[in-house]
Amino acid sequence: MSVESRTSIVWEYAPAPESSDHVRLQDRYGLFIDGDFREPSARRYVPSINPATEETIAEVAWAGEADVQAAIESARAAHPRWVALPDRERAKYLFRIARLIQERSRELAVVETIDGGKPLRESRDVDIPLAAAHFFHYAGWADKLHYGVNARRVEPLGVVGQIVPWNFPLLMAAWKLAPALACGNTAILKPAETTPLTALLLAEICREAELPPGVVSVLPGDGAVGSTLVRAPGINKIAFTGSTAVGREIQAALAGRDVELTLELGGKSANIVFEDAALDQAVEGIVNGIFFNQGHVCCAGSRLLIQESVLDEVISKLWRRMGLLRIGDPLDKNTDVGAINSAAQLERIETLVAAGEEEGARRQTVACELPERGYWFAPTLFTHVSPAHRIAVEEIFGPVVSVLSFRTQAEAIEKANNSRYGLAAGIWTDKGAKAFEVANALRAGVVWQNTYNHFDPTAAFGGYKESGFGREGGPAGLRPYLRVLR
Amino acid sequence: MSGRLAVRKTYKLWIGGAFVRSESGRYDRAGAAPHVLNIPRASRKDVRDAVVAARSAAGPWAARTAYNRGQILYRAAEALESHAEQLAAVADREQVDAAVDVLVHYAGWTDKFQPVLGGINPVAAPFLSFSVPEPTGVVGVIAPDRPALLGLVAELAPPLAAGNTVVAILSESDPLAGLDLSEVLGVADIPAGVVNLLSGRRHELAPALGGHRDLNAIVDAAGEPELSAELDRLGSETIKRVSHNAAATGYSDATADALERIAAVTELKTAWHPVGA
Repeated sequence: MSVESRTSIVWEYAPAPESSDHVRLQDRYGLFIDGDFREPSARRYVPSINPATEETIAEVAWAGEADVQAAIESARAAHPRWVALPDRERAKYLFRIARLIQERSRELAVVETIDGGKPLRESRDVDIPLAAAHFFHYAGWADKLHYGVNARRVEPLGVVGQIVPWNFPLLMAAWKLAPALACGNTAILKPAETTPLTALLLAEICREAELPPGVVSVLPGDGAVGSTLVRAPGINKIAFTGSTAVGREIQAALAGRDVELTLELGGKSANIVFEDAALDQAVEGIVNGIFFNQGHVCCAGSRLLIQESVLDEVISKLWRRMGLLRIGDPLDKNTDVGAINSAAQLERIETLVAAGEEEGARRQTVACELPERGYWFAPTLFTHVSPAHRIAVEEIFGPVVSVLSFRTQAEAIEKANNSRYGLAAGIWTDKGAKAFEVANALRAGVVWQNTYNHFDPTAAFGGYKESGFGREGGPAGLRPYLRVLR
Repeated sequence: MSGRLAVRKTYKLWIGGAFVRSESGRYDRAGAAPHVLNIPRASRKDVRDAVVAARSAAGPWAARTAYNRGQILYRAAEALESHAEQLAAVADREQVDAAVDVLVHYAGWTDKFQPVLGGINPVAAPFLSFSVPEPTGVVGVIAPDRPALLGLVAELAPPLAAGNTVVAILSESDPLAGLDLSEVLGVADIPAGVVNLLSGRRHELAPALGGHRDLNAIVDAAGEPELSAELDRLGSETIKRVSHNAAATGYSDATADALERIAAVTELKTAWHPVGA
């Protein structure tokens, strides 16, 4: 039997759904303010939808202006006592939260998957463990802050407003809350409108950890809530993860005000494959780089730059590998690509893909059966892409990869840097000296060498250029939440 | 008198994850504690066995992720806190609390001392040069007589957080605290051989440990000037890293010099890698 025919075998998989009978969800969630769940002032509840089935999972309160004000007052009131707590006691609260996330990790993974559409394999193995690890890491910093920022004396900023996206709901909440609390701030978290549930479970965990009321508030809602939070008096800092367009609005809204800001925004990250790379390994990295979480990843390797001498070989290997991806029920443990997060996001992906075809790029989409209900988009590859095409410039935020080619290292660097974004990049080569040289030349906040989409609480993450400013992770992640005193 | 006969305990040494009698068969009569019959009196051979166990555990322990070591130290803190009442006979609640807090503090250091002690070197040549601290290997600890529990925990935690394995000689005047601690640590996910605890005569055991040629460092917290000098001398034979943590400082702020304690049991490795060309 030839290698070719062996790799073409497609195995039939029996369904392997994760059990969800241990998941305790309420029919309706209030706002988490001052240590307890309460009715929203406008009595407005909005269903949170499972994007794989379009069914309602639970109804969630959306905050109004009065609720934002109440949360800020509660956070203000809680701040003096929270700061006065000995550092190591503050640390212990965060360790408790980390432990409780670990204890409830499978439950959180299931909820993350039904609320957002991502494969259970990812929520179980990446999102939730990393969220716990983030709390654990920053718990340890709480009584070592001066080592983290090399300063004799530091103080927290005060009350911070934190707005997180829908692609990694709990993980992004952890990235925001853990360093903010470790540094002695009190926080108001605004989860994304389509994925509020794990943030609300995190609020339950905060209560279970006996975190003092007001230290963390959770205010679900749409962009209007975020906008109110950004403009409200009594906030000392805004931390935002989301699109560059909204980030720009926030930065403009804060102009002239004494409010600190960090932004983690969009990207169009280059994944560069050199001819001397281990190509099979590179193909796995390409797949992980763009199809991880349906491509709903700000640092997704969405611009694939392949050296011309191996262009055809890599594309053919990649296309074959894409054919093996399993698309469907996110709760199935064998699923590689789950549901698109929302109808709105699906529409955006479809618009950009149509633009790619209109502008003359060649589209290949994996043929597969998609469920009848829910929002789905099959993995898609564009070749014959010009650097000016919209699909080479704009963030698609979906399972769509655009292939460009290059001849020399200098050209690869030039093309990779030819973007208003600068979040991440990948380099595939077996030559270490070359990898480090290219890494030095890239204007990107994270550079992966012979790997992609690796995250760790100890390693800083954040962007250059219009991908934002400020870093999350490691000691660098403390600085945005501290004021250094002379 | 109820007529029920108390079941008295013969304590054991903790070597290589096992609770064992001294190979010498020697023991000491316990003092006042009613539930205790005997306390093991370790020999120089027990010291050597403990170093062998610590050495074989050193590689795997250092190879674990910093995160995992942090989790295990935190688990040890959880286990200690939950045994506070059981330890009441050997340590008051205040001392147990302080010891728990020490473990939590160092659980937080396992993935932080590297960026604090190491970093990138901006060398004047096209090289990526970075320096990272690594565990030195097997560390001998001479615990202070008192506070027996807190003193021991405060000396064990830094080398463990840094990724070393430890052989410790317990408080001679008050060994029960350390022997009880071994039973707590025995249920805290600490791999066999990472911590080895020996009770006995300090003047017999400490020189045997300090003079062992397969020991990388010794942390002396006994506070005896003559013993300190002897450990310095013994250490010079194989260029051991010897540090003396004066008992005079007490343990009222047991984590004040945490980073210095970690640095004392680590090596700094500088790696060079070409960039371009």
